[in-house]
Amino acid sequence: MIFLTIGTQEPFDRLVRTVDAWCASSGRGGDLFGQITERATYKPNHFAWVPSVTPEDFQTRCKQADFIVSHAGMGSIITALTYGKPIVILPRSAKLKEHRNDHQQATAKRLGKRPGLLVAQSEAELPGLLDKLTAEKGATGGEALTPFADPSLIAALRTFIHAKPR
Amino acid sequence: MTAAPDTTEAPRVLVVASGGGHWVQLCRMRPAWDGCHVTYVTTEPGYRQEVMADAAARGQPAPSFRVIVDGNRWQKWRLLKSLLGLTLIVLRLRPQVVISTGAAPGYFALRLGRLVGARTAWVDSIANAEELSLSGRKAGPHADLWLTQWENLAQPGGPEYRGAVL
Repeated sequence: MIFLTIGTQEPFDRLVRTVDAWCASSGRGGDLFGQITERATYKPNHFAWVPSVTPEDFQTRCKQADFIVSHAGMGSIITALTYGKPIVILPRSAKLKEHRNDHQQATAKRLGKRPGLLVAQSEAELPGLLDKLTAEKGATGGEALTPFADPSLIAALRTFIHAKPR
Repeated sequence: MTAAPDTTEAPRVLVVASGGGHWVQLCRMRPAWDGCHVTYVTTEPGYRQEVMADAAARGQPAPSFRVIVDGNRWQKWRLLKSLLGLTLIVLRLRPQVVISTGAAPGYFALRLGRLVGARTAWVDSIANAEELSLSGRKAGPHADLWLTQWENLAQPGGPEYRGAVL
């Protein structure tokens, strides 16, 4: 199974449309499930989709997927890495009014070197990455992430919590 | 981690994050408040189950879990409802420590926490790799511990870099 998720807030028609076209041309639509938000204007014709999923369903679908296709949102990225699933991300663009600013471009640039994280700089690069991951059937996932943050960050917060009150 | 400790002296900690990426990051810092009287506040009711399951799995006392309305700077009415919800929670809980990863509700939580004498910590989202988030810039002056997850964004006078959730 391939899981497409675009976050809970803004629609991302450019990504959904590109994935739909890839499903049509590759014939892989039967194997893909998408979450496309309530306000999506483009409705896919070549794969099964819902506007939203519950947090529990989201976890299950990520866990079961061969790989994940997503916007460059940290919820999707961290969840994919936690399960050791490859994830293809297409960052949202502020110019195309897909987000308030271009922080997803920065996320993609800075995190894109991690194993298992593939960045499509534009929708034109997406079909090639989808073909590659489909051929590998999710084999290129990095090692599953440890469940918690850097020990140094946790220690800093822990020390802060237990410090003497002002 | 250690077995469930005697929590009679444990600090009351309020941890706040909007649903999605902010929440996923907050959850990766959970061991920082192990053994505390912790109250989670978020915007997605569906997260309750994972919070309770994690506490049980790691031998922690069952935390409190509260839900507030989400809002951003373009949703004034929702933002007001979010602020009201948090005000009631803070007044009732009287937290000694408030921690947030964002976004707008986290900023409110830090301001309200300060009003009741709590010490406050802000961990800016890892999604903000090239500039701090708007809520992070606004929260900084009200945070006793102000952290960024990117070394390149650390500055004398804050925010500091002490590690990341990844």
